Amino acid sequence: MQFEFLLEQVVNGLVLGGYYLLIALGLSLIFSVGGIVNLAHGAFYALGAYICVELTKRLGFGVSVVISPLAVALLGILFERFILRRFYTADPILSLLVTFGLAMVAEQAIRMIWGAAPVSTEIPQSFRGSVIVGDFLFSRYRLLILGVVAAIMVGVWLLLHKTSFGRVVRAGIQRPDMVAALGIRLQPYMTAIVMLGVGLAALGGAFFAPITTVHPAMGADIMTIAFVVVVIGGLGSFWGVIIAALLVGVVRGIAIHFEPAAGEASIYILMFVVLLVRPRGLLGERIEKFE
Amino acid sequence: MIRYPRRTLLRAGAAFAGAAALGFPAIARAQAEKIRIGHLTPLTGFLGVIGSYAQLGAKLAAEEINASGGILGRPIDLLSEDSINPATAATKAQRMLEQDGAVVLLGEISSASSLTIMQVAERNKKVFFSTGARSDALRGKSCNKYSFHCDIPNTVMVNAVGTALSQQGMVKGKKFFTLTADYIFGHDLLKAAKTFFGAHDANLIGDELIATDVTDFSPYLLKVRQAKPDVVCCNLAGNQVTNLVKQYAEFGFPYPLVGFNLNTGDAWAAGAGNLSGTWPTVWYHTLDNPTSKAFVAAFSKKYGKPPENHAWIDYVTLKLLAEAINTTKSTDSGELIAYFEKQAQFDIGKARKAYFRSWDHQLVQEAYPFTVKPKDQMKDQWDMLVLGDAVPAANDPLETIYPTKEQNPCEMKA
Repeated sequence: MQFEFLLEQVVNGLVLGGYYLLIALGLSLIFSVGGIVNLAHGAFYALGAYICVELTKRLGFGVSVVISPLAVALLGILFERFILRRFYTADPILSLLVTFGLAMVAEQAIRMIWGAAPVSTEIPQSFRGSVIVGDFLFSRYRLLILGVVAAIMVGVWLLLHKTSFGRVVRAGIQRPDMVAALGIRLQPYMTAIVMLGVGLAALGGAFFAPITTVHPAMGADIMTIAFVVVVIGGLGSFWGVIIAALLVGVVRGIAIHFEPAAGEASIYILMFVVLLVRPRGLLGERIEKFE
Repeated sequence: MIRYPRRTLLRAGAAFAGAAALGFPAIARAQAEKIRIGHLTPLTGFLGVIGSYAQLGAKLAAEEINASGGILGRPIDLLSEDSINPATAATKAQRMLEQDGAVVLLGEISSASSLTIMQVAERNKKVFFSTGARSDALRGKSCNKYSFHCDIPNTVMVNAVGTALSQQGMVKGKKFFTLTADYIFGHDLLKAAKTFFGAHDANLIGDELIATDVTDFSPYLLKVRQAKPDVVCCNLAGNQVTNLVKQYAEFGFPYPLVGFNLNTGDAWAAGAGNLSGTWPTVWYHTLDNPTSKAFVAAFSKKYGKPPENHAWIDYVTLKLLAEAINTTKSTDSGELIAYFEKQAQFDIGKARKAYFRSWDHQLVQEAYPFTVKPKDQMKDQWDMLVLGDAVPAANDPLETIYPTKEQNPCEMKA
């Protein structure tokens, strides 16, 4: 019985990891390609949640959860074009400062528009409750999220590995100078990567709006865990982020099974151990421009 | 020709010196005439949402007091800030008393922060009204002469909900599983819950301590299901409650969810359709009495939404403090304490008047259990709760639901 309970926690952890992945993947991509640690990433997650709650009142949840990330991805174009673009070659401290400042501006803007009190929305009735598969219990809604995340990951993998777009992006991660020497401008690719990254974060926010508190500081809350995932996974690696996200979810679940009070600390202990053994992260590539 | 400008210069200089000698000190004196009151409450973190309401309530009270002539004929200067965490709360409290010249402090929701401010108040011999902290320990083993407690303590919340649950046959012989906030408030609430379960033949079959920054409750919910309880009981605080309520609705468990702590703000945040069960509250904006109605009208007019219970408690606290200062004609800590310890009665917008109990400085007042309105009966997004009858019943003394001296002893040093 004990073992089954543990297994149930492991499976639940994998589901949760899928959700962490939505936020961490964009963060990792933007850093890998642009060299920018986007501290404003959480702000797009929060915006995704708020826009989804707002649209749900008029269009229903199903439509809103699609439109909200698309709207945020469009905002991503402005973000890349007018802000990030100025900092690719600048001292990293500048981009840290500017994205940190932007995160604060976004949080206050949300507070001004929607107020300090949380807003709320509900899961559609058809996705309420849980299903029992074998001995395992799953939230119906989280299974839906897991399915969507899996589909998106396949899509992103194909995009990065099977298209010419992906080849340029991956080359840009390793040797931006060589890409430039071949006469390819990286900037449009970067715009697309930022759109994809912040759009995924917004999708995470939209999906979690019905099951968590939607409040102005929610973006700051999610950033810690997203960074932990990116650091554990290692930079520049698609699979690294995926493995790290799932690992973080599972380790947390196992810790809560055995020692609930250590649940939140466990993921930081995991990060600590990984950094001691492999400072580059689990599958981190050696990237020349960051050495 | 040269003498004119020089004379002009001289006049300007004299005017400036005169202003310096007369004008500026006059401005400084005018400022000194204000009575400064320090207000601290969490505006960020897991209690930030309800803390924002507390700040709005205190500000409204200050405005109303000033509009009606202030205290001792002088306006209140309310200094209201984010208390952030226990350490910062203490530092800010010390600064408000020492540098800003605050004569009295009020506020707070976190029991941990309230405890550190209580210590600062005692050290500085200034009165502090802990408006929103609910831990029994603050009134018991950590109590001190300078601190007064306005919100209902954990024991009262447990008694209010427990009594309602007993009437529904949901206590005796039932298996409870509790989820508890992992800090002083939660530990204290669990203790009160255990006392109640013990006294009413209920079994506590499991408890999980949950950190205040947790947003995903799924691993804990799996443990709840594994334990197969009769009733799940929430001893959480702030955003934690909102997250649990939403995710409990998500998983759709058959075990009823009840709770020993809930603030209306957290219920609103959870939204209609997610919340169910029986919970306690200290005040709700639908209470039908003149004081309460006037407050709700003024608050709604100013802020465009109805007040939450923390807005109410900070509002009535500042009001009763002003009343005390005007009655005693003093801001002296000793005189104020003596006045409150005489158990002066205050209208706080409830059917019965309230008073600070002399031996532990607890504001003794009615409390209410509530259940949740069906979604189609709500008039608006704020109209979520159905209040039960006030506890204790109208013919029982108010103190019957409060811990006794033996249960929660408080020794105040002179």
